[in-house]
Amino acid sequence: MTRLRLAAFALLLVALALFPLGAGAYPVKLLQEILIMGIFAMSLDLLMGYTGMVSFGHCAFFGIGGYVAALTLTRSPGLTSALLLPALAAGLAALVIGFFSIRVSGVYFIMLTLAFSQMFFAYTFQVSWLGAEDGLVGIPRPRVPGWDLTSLRGFHLYLLALAALAALVLWRVVRSPFGHVLRGIHENEARMEALGYPVDRYKLVAFVIAGVIAGVAGSLYTQFNGSITPDAFYWQTSGEALLMVIIGGTGTLGGAVLGAAAFILLQSLVSTYTERWMLVLGATFILFVLFAPGGIVGALRGRIGLRA
Amino acid sequence: MPVDLFGQALNGLAYGVLLFLLSVGLTLIFGMLDVVNLAHGSFYMLGAYAGLSLIAATGNFWLALLAAPVAVGLIGALIERACLRPLYRRPPLDQVLLTFGFIYLFEDLVKWIWGGRIRSIPPPELFSGSVSLGGTIVPSYRLFVIGFGLVMAILLYLVIERTRLGAVIRAGVFDAEMTAGMGINIHRVFTAVFAFGAALGGLSGVIAGPIQSAFPSMGVTILIPALIVVVVGGLGSLKGSLIGSLVIGQAETFGKAWLPDAAMLIIYVVMAGIVLIRPQGLFGRPLK
Repeated sequence: MTRLRLAAFALLLVALALFPLGAGAYPVKLLQEILIMGIFAMSLDLLMGYTGMVSFGHCAFFGIGGYVAALTLTRSPGLTSALLLPALAAGLAALVIGFFSIRVSGVYFIMLTLAFSQMFFAYTFQVSWLGAEDGLVGIPRPRVPGWDLTSLRGFHLYLLALAALAALVLWRVVRSPFGHVLRGIHENEARMEALGYPVDRYKLVAFVIAGVIAGVAGSLYTQFNGSITPDAFYWQTSGEALLMVIIGGTGTLGGAVLGAAAFILLQSLVSTYTERWMLVLGATFILFVLFAPGGIVGALRGRIGLRA
Repeated sequence: MPVDLFGQALNGLAYGVLLFLLSVGLTLIFGMLDVVNLAHGSFYMLGAYAGLSLIAATGNFWLALLAAPVAVGLIGALIERACLRPLYRRPPLDQVLLTFGFIYLFEDLVKWIWGGRIRSIPPPELFSGSVSLGGTIVPSYRLFVIGFGLVMAILLYLVIERTRLGAVIRAGVFDAEMTAGMGINIHRVFTAVFAFGAALGGLSGVIAGPIQSAFPSMGVTILIPALIVVVVGGLGSLKGSLIGSLVIGQAETFGKAWLPDAAMLIIYVVMAGIVLIRPQGLFGRPLK
């Protein structure tokens, strides 16, 4: 089974890697956006689907990754600036925000994560050293010897490699004994506590891992656009990630990526016909929660409504 | 930098009153239905825009103050009846996610109907001037807002603590299932409480209109401090809402005057401090 899955995963990667050879620039850009948002959605799913921590402020780490990348890439465009520093900064922020938010659970957790993320929005929107509401623009892509990241195809392979890496890391995490504890916390937190697991520490580690990966996604988003604005910190960014996870199906990493794909394709489709994208988004949100809580994966498995 | 202490304190009080009206709705709905209604800011926004149109149509602020909350309350009742009720058997997070979807829906709807621009709302004729209080010039509308909020707080207290309806609500907040067992139609109470909370949200939107104007993102802008108020005051507590609103209202207003660069951080610092010391909030029920 596992071998079969690995083979399917490898096959998918090859197909995605070859995609730019047969497609125009626009579809490739859409696919690249899907890869970036897929990484972001997978990191949220680690919290939401596996640990049962529904964060409404996951954009905080996405935005921090994006802003740190923007600040450091303009000074020295290397992979340290592109990946390491954004990941570290986002992880550190997750440690601090997580420290406060994990003290409470359920609705309090939702409110705290949402509030903390909007603190970053308010801050970046106002301060001039981060470009205020215009954000930071003209950000160069990292320079890697022998790999031209400014070209469409070069950047595509770079994104694909990182998305695959994020998927593998998260897959290892959820399959590890650590991941099983997380699932146990999701199912019955009190029992895990009674069994002697330091539940809060497990939750904090999960929160930091998710934060680090979201930070990488945010950094890639900056590199993709060549800019970053306070919108990255806006509640809608968190909401979009939540919706991606819900559309795809919570508690399945593949579902998160599938949800990201469905979301971005729907967005580009709807935007060509109408300006009312947010309306469609809200309606999709409501309809999925009401009628397909298991998302696409849940529907495919024919067991709608099994997992929240 | 000399700061007019008295004037700032009044501004903070007016803002705190607004937050109180909003957070009471949030707290009541949560206490009763176990749902954090993230669309609460949207009700506030809908109230402001409904008020805007009603004032434009009738020229009468007081009529708008009465009718707009009723309209928003009806929308709330509809949402509870059609969308939330089917979800009560699911994990509570599904209901929160649902209300989150409505933020998008309403914000775009408002942009569609009223456009994306900032629209100013005139204060009622009676309170369009300003008065001098001990040398400080204060817009009289601010004083009206403060007085109105205090009257509302007392009324709410009387309704919840002294009437039969209030007793049913308190019983439902304490244990909804048991209340149903005592022969109360708890579903109808749920709808009523949600509608009432929504109406309070709408009411605060109309009240806020002449101070803050109407713009599509106003709902989320106010939702965040309102959430912070209930975190600080404690979910499900009327007293917590009142104290939390007054604290956050003053903290933000004085923060803006004294430390403009760090103003938005102050209320988060207050929130983080409370979470560290009392995770359930000042007057909240113990967690877990």
